Amino acid sequence: MLVLEIAMGLYIVVLGIRHRRPLVVLLLLVQLLPMVGWELRHGEGLQAHGDLLADRLSALMALINGVVGGSICLYALGYMREYHTAHHPEVRDRRPLFFSLLFFFLAAMFGIVFSNNLLWLYFFWEVTTLCSFVLIAYKQDEESIGNAFRALTYNLIGGAAFAGAIIWVHRATGSIGLTDLIHAAPALVIGPALLLSLAGITKSAQLPFSRWLLGAMVAPTPVSALLHSSTMVKAGVYLVLRMAPILHGTAGGIVVALVGASSFALASLAAVGTSDAKKVLAYSTVANLGLIILCGGIGTHEAVWAGVLLILFHAVAKCLLFLCVGVVEHRLHSRDIERMSGLVLSMPRLSIMLQIGIAGMFLAPFGMLIGKWAVLKAVIDTYPIIALPIIFGSAPTLFFWMKWMGKLLEVTHPIPNIEHEIGRGEWFALTLLSCTTALTCIAFPLVSAWLVEPYVIGVYGRSGHLAHGNFVIMTIMLAMVALFPLSFFNYGRRVKVLDPYLGGANVESGARYQGAVGQVHALQMSNYTLAGLVPEAGVFRVGIGVGLALLAALAACLLLLR
Amino acid sequence: MNPLLRFAIYLILAPLIGGLLAGIDRKLSARLQARQGPPLWQPFYDVRKLWNKENIVVRRSQDFYVFFFLILMVFTGGLFFAGSDLLLVVFALTLAAIFLVLGAYKASSPYSFIGAERELLQMMAYEPMILVTAVGMYLATGSFYVNDIAAHSGVLALRLPGVLLGFLFCLLIKFRKSPFDLSSSHHAHQELVRGILTEFSGSTLAMIEVAHWFENVLLLGWVYLFFAASPAAGIAAALGAFLLVIVVDNACARLTWPTMLKGAWATTLVLGFGNILFLTYF
Repeated sequence: MLVLEIAMGLYIVVLGIRHRRPLVVLLLLVQLLPMVGWELRHGEGLQAHGDLLADRLSALMALINGVVGGSICLYALGYMREYHTAHHPEVRDRRPLFFSLLFFFLAAMFGIVFSNNLLWLYFFWEVTTLCSFVLIAYKQDEESIGNAFRALTYNLIGGAAFAGAIIWVHRATGSIGLTDLIHAAPALVIGPALLLSLAGITKSAQLPFSRWLLGAMVAPTPVSALLHSSTMVKAGVYLVLRMAPILHGTAGGIVVALVGASSFALASLAAVGTSDAKKVLAYSTVANLGLIILCGGIGTHEAVWAGVLLILFHAVAKCLLFLCVGVVEHRLHSRDIERMSGLVLSMPRLSIMLQIGIAGMFLAPFGMLIGKWAVLKAVIDTYPIIALPIIFGSAPTLFFWMKWMGKLLEVTHPIPNIEHEIGRGEWFALTLLSCTTALTCIAFPLVSAWLVEPYVIGVYGRSGHLAHGNFVIMTIMLAMVALFPLSFFNYGRRVKVLDPYLGGANVESGARYQGAVGQVHALQMSNYTLAGLVPEAGVFRVGIGVGLALLAALAACLLLLR
Repeated sequence: MNPLLRFAIYLILAPLIGGLLAGIDRKLSARLQARQGPPLWQPFYDVRKLWNKENIVVRRSQDFYVFFFLILMVFTGGLFFAGSDLLLVVFALTLAAIFLVLGAYKASSPYSFIGAERELLQMMAYEPMILVTAVGMYLATGSFYVNDIAAHSGVLALRLPGVLLGFLFCLLIKFRKSPFDLSSSHHAHQELVRGILTEFSGSTLAMIEVAHWFENVLLLGWVYLFFAASPAAGIAAALGAFLLVIVVDNACARLTWPTMLKGAWATTLVLGFGNILFLTYF
């Protein structure tokens, strides 16, 4: 283990020196040298009372890794073939490396969720960081290498916090087991718990570290879907949720909750200002992970229940969205949402899948909304004032998802169907994920009862849940929405079809019109981005500022604990 | 009273009251503008007439969304008057409103498109305040259920004055009244093309009208909730709020959307959250 760690460290050092990134080398040495020295000094004395940990939460995470990760790998087969042959012939074909890293990464994710020994957890944690680095840099151009190094730098900060936490835990409890840490007296281990939360915050790209996740979108889409939305970034929130019982009711916990809450509000607001589909998805990922971090920071049983549910719902719906966008990008040669107009004609099945994903992300009665609702209740019962960022964050969420959905539905002129060009592996993955998204919404009470509630009860002795009456109402709503497709049986009956009103005389099929002075204008519609009111870059800058301030608060908490 | 029975009463009374209110609105607005105005029952005649007109569409599926807008709006009101969870009512209301927006997007005409965008901006403006209202009522009474809030012994308006004012501000947006009638206006002098409603006609337009009746009754019911401890004051407050909206509508010109968004969010922050802070810490 130690040898592997050193080897990995040396590899990063070499990379850092070769690309002249002193910060990377420095950050790595800061964690590698003390760790190696400490491990050599203690040798066999580092015990964890069982190296593995398997409870319902690990099982749920493993399920997500397996189902989502598996379908992404299938999807990637066809996607990467097309990526190299049709779309990026200039990129060197390194598919064997790509796929081996994908599987290597998945193995490390299983390692993370099943490790009890913190040293193991740390090792797998760093493996995912490294995989993410190499995969972001896959294109090997200047931009992707730069973004990969940014991701590496930010994640190494988290790694350094992790290393510090391990040494601190050992000093406080004499053990390096995750369960020993959780069951120790909270006052004793709040310091390392905060450091681990910091590591989780960097991994989950919360403010002020969010920039790396946005940069990571240069990677091929399967990488964005697997590492940067549904699994790797979930490792961060997983760790914070594990720390929740310790963070509950502490000043540090409030700071962690505030980091999550401000990330949610500001990332949602920033997403309004862009029409790049992958960027919207990245912002929304930061926002939703923020909600989960918020749950961990609050740390009540209600909050943790909501957090675990959010992990599940977000993983499937967001992954589906990423994969859809990947396919659309290859067909349209653009991932601009404004270009997706008429997708319901050119790729009808795909547009339905996108709509399922979008609905799953923010609409009642689907998955994420149940989570958000539970978070809101949990917050109001503990710190009502933190409801402010949640309430102000969910309004822009509605706006940016809806304007995307509107673009999918809009049809201004006839477009040929080009769906047949999509490969079989892609279809399989997309169909599987659409069904999983729908199924998690329908079977949500079962998932909650079998996987989530037992875990929360195991930790707190009681669990959050949805009141029975509300559950019945949600089911009725779900049934009503599910009836919507039936209305298409009535398609075109008892209506007279005319061209839209364009403020002039229509020319050929309502796509163009003749204006007041006789010129012919083409019909053009584009969404608001509210650039004047909430410019994307400006919101992001504010976010970094708020994040840095909260980071300083976190550091102050840690210093007071020393 | 049994929730199902209340739901049934609501189903019968809400369209009657909603339509009647719309009639009062038109009569009163006409008098404020020194016109004679239509008879009180005019909205019902309008809906009947619309129902029998030919249905003209741009896209064949656009009307399906409006039908679901109507039934979800009826359902939302039903949830409220049956005494259900306020947050759930807010979510259902959003879901209903979204179907109208989707219908307008589907119609794919530039006017309905801009109307849909503006409707979304309006939703973005009022949603925080509506959620804050639900939260405030929870903090004051200890329950999210309309049932329990209505049965609370104190007059909520006394403990939630800021929230009440903020809610009234949102009513202007929600009723689509000046100065916030951005997505579509009730008045012919405000605009030449009717925003979000541009491409809807015949029975579909009638459905939208009826859905608004249901929506208005729900919102006024919510105003009543602030004074539920004394029913007479509650009904007076609901009617007062309705009159206030009409007067403001006739006294104001339309504002731009940034003004609306900033105004609504500032109101939510200062009045809504200020009130909640006061409630929590003092």
